[in-house]
Amino acid sequence: MSLKTILSQLNFRQRCKRYGLSLWQCPDFVFIIMGIVVIFSALFTYTISFRYIEDPLLIALIVILISWVLLILGYIVTHAVEKLAEATRLKLEFLTIMSHQLRAPFANLRWVIDLLVSGRIGSVPEDQKEYLDILKENSARLEELINKIITVSKIESGRLPLEKKPISLKEIVQKVIHGSKVFAEASNVEIEFHSEDNLPNVVGDESRIREVVENFIDNAIKYTKNKGKVKVSLLKKGNWLYFEVKDSGIGIPKEDQKYIFQKFFRSQTALRRQARGSGLGLFIAKSIILAHKGKIGFSSEEGKGSTFWFTLPISLSKDN
Amino acid sequence: MKKILFIEDEAVLQKTFEGAFRAEGYDVISALDGETGVKLAKSEKPDLILLDLVLPKLNGFEVLRRLKNDSDTKEIPVIILTNLERMSDIDKALELGATTYLVKVDYSLDEVIKKVKKTLGDSDK
Repeated sequence: MSLKTILSQLNFRQRCKRYGLSLWQCPDFVFIIMGIVVIFSALFTYTISFRYIEDPLLIALIVILISWVLLILGYIVTHAVEKLAEATRLKLEFLTIMSHQLRAPFANLRWVIDLLVSGRIGSVPEDQKEYLDILKENSARLEELINKIITVSKIESGRLPLEKKPISLKEIVQKVIHGSKVFAEASNVEIEFHSEDNLPNVVGDESRIREVVENFIDNAIKYTKNKGKVKVSLLKKGNWLYFEVKDSGIGIPKEDQKYIFQKFFRSQTALRRQARGSGLGLFIAKSIILAHKGKIGFSSEEGKGSTFWFTLPISLSKDN
Repeated sequence: MKKILFIEDEAVLQKTFEGAFRAEGYDVISALDGETGVKLAKSEKPDLILLDLVLPKLNGFEVLRRLKNDSDTKEIPVIILTNLERMSDIDKALELGATTYLVKVDYSLDEVIKKVKKTLGDSDK
């Protein structure tokens, strides 16, 4: 066994990280701590016994007895922690299986439907096309839900990978608004975008930040009743970029407001208004923004509308 | 007629791609595992290869390495089409000589067809 292997065995911090566990939940670390506790208790018992008891045999017996009891207790604790670590490992494995085994058939399904709808292998009669569209839309919804659940699992196991680089938030917002055009028009909603000129870049994961922007704008359109306006603004506030989406929609009842960033939570008004929605979007949004060291929040009044905002720290790198 | 070799172990996808690319005017041949893929690439000399990475017998990275190390096949453009989305896998495949790397779940059929046409220098109809 080389020195490197021995050192890597001793580097429990890295191994605990691989388990996706904090130090105190990690069997390797708990084992070392229990060992230290046993050694110190033995020394302590010895010192105390030495002072009050004269018979060396009795001293030895007491020390051995206490060490044994602690050793057994230590074993039980470590064993329990090991089980916990195993459960976490299984959860991560499940996540990997979900990502690959479950998403793959959906890609297949989507492509087969694409092929049928495209008419490449024969034109589809008009009355059947409608049903194909239903298939297409529902498989897309299911795929989106699976993606969201995977993201949530990644967040919860502390494994949401971020590919950070300098990004222009303004460009991202413009792209998202452009992409939402069809949905907005269909919902009779007008999107207005105000932005300051020459805004600096922020450092972040472009696709994740876009996910948050999409979520805000999508929600604003979705929960606007009848005809309405969504105001999107982007400005610089000190060392932060401030992004805001203001709608004139149904709003969030006061009693629901404290739960709004919790996963799977859906406000009563939202449920009445829109059957669709997983209750995961804002939970994911908050986790992404916090992972970028930003802040996120909202204000809302039932029946009048909501304003959702987030801030991101302006990068001080040379790229700007 | 240009020839595309599709190395993919999922029969559903093979069938879908055969249908789509034949409709676009391409000749499509398929291999269900890596070994057959390499053999067909040598004997059939396709104009383009679509390659999955998770394959039986010979994995996609090894297939790519062999294709790029063989003077008969090294000029054929290879498009990776897979569900592996780790940065390290992407880098590895591009380093081995893949032309483009596409993650299945991120692309629609139309987009894949567009990429293939672009790589082959065919204009979009």
